[in-house]
Amino acid sequence: MNGAQDMGGQMGFGPVEAETDEPTFHADWEARVLGLTIAMGAARAWNLDMGRFARESLPPAEYLTSSYYQIWLRGLQKLLVQSGLVTQDELDAGRSLEPGRPGTGVLKPENVQRVLGTSVSNERPVSTPARFAVGDAVVIRNMHPLGHTRLPRYARAKRGVVEMIHGAQVFADAHASGLGEEPQWLYTVRFTGLELWGDDADPSLAVSIDAWESYLEAG
Amino acid sequence: MTTDGEHGGELSDVELRVRALESILTEKGYVDPAAVDAVVETYETRIGPRNGARVVAKAWADDGFAQWLREDATAAISSLGFTGRQGDSMVAVENTPTEHHMVVCTLCSCYPWPVLGLPPVWYKSAPYRSRAVFDPRGVLAEFGVTLPESTRIRVWDSTAEVRYLVIPMRPAGTDGWREERLADLVTRNSMIGTGLALSPEQVPA
Repeated sequence: MNGAQDMGGQMGFGPVEAETDEPTFHADWEARVLGLTIAMGAARAWNLDMGRFARESLPPAEYLTSSYYQIWLRGLQKLLVQSGLVTQDELDAGRSLEPGRPGTGVLKPENVQRVLGTSVSNERPVSTPARFAVGDAVVIRNMHPLGHTRLPRYARAKRGVVEMIHGAQVFADAHASGLGEEPQWLYTVRFTGLELWGDDADPSLAVSIDAWESYLEAG
Repeated sequence: MTTDGEHGGELSDVELRVRALESILTEKGYVDPAAVDAVVETYETRIGPRNGARVVAKAWADDGFAQWLREDATAAISSLGFTGRQGDSMVAVENTPTEHHMVVCTLCSCYPWPVLGLPPVWYKSAPYRSRAVFDPRGVLAEFGVTLPESTRIRVWDSTAEVRYLVIPMRPAGTDGWREERLADLVTRNSMIGTGLALSPEQVPA
């Protein structure tokens, strides 16, 4: 969706302000939100892409005025209610009003290191060969889906060149919608700054995105 | 960690809501708070940019490892024990005198956790996410970095599950240095592309 999260090329947010000796978390509650979000992954009630969509589909005014972990908190609350693991009444009351769903997976302390340290590849076997090869000219489709997409607006309808092929990977747009993994070939597509931003762009600039095959047409 | 005390009402409200949420999830049997403690402790103390610095230092010191990083960064990085969430598919991109790499996630906050830890606030912020792809030289200037006009800038927007690690240029005057010493020159920002590696004069001998 064309939500507030799609920030590439937006203007007016001011300078980048880096903090010296920044702590990992700025408050205990931030740490708990991160930990709770990861721990709730064990319930397998949603996937990573559904999690991203829950955050980016917050109303734009709320998204833009919330801190990062406030957005994560709102996203987690939304996922819990949508999945039926927690009711809105419970969130409003601030306490549990009914027993939890039996059989829900729980992250145990002794499994944390293994879970955090295990790589889980997003690559999947597919029967169709990659449609594009490295060096191929492509055009990004002009599309504005209402659901989750990983295609930023600034790249739509732009001409680029395939620079890498990353195998077939779980297709985020489908996965976020509960349609399953629907793996597709994933490419790195490179654009010139001039193509993306016009004649005033820095001529020495190139930008790439990682794009699933259905985002692309032959150029 | 700091507390919320100095920030006043709004954040205290957030803190209350988070506590309530953790209570609900614990009471319903979905969360073991000790597991949440362990997750937090891991990212506060065990996983951070020191990991990535070891990767970079090894690439500087060992041509064979550098070549492995170019061909299969996921395997090369795993060989040092850095695996896991948000690092399942790694690509290493090397800075040269003619090309400077910079990494962003314009859509959220994708970042190579196993080698860099959790991202800093600025990386997740609207100013960086909006401008990195449009005006990277302006962003670099805000980090105090000015590159020659002849250096091309290459920005990688992490829009899928591939995660990018910048290998900064090895500073002059470091011939013969051991990996451990080289790693002290590798800053987090140099591995995102918003900084350069430190020169020998910038670190205590």
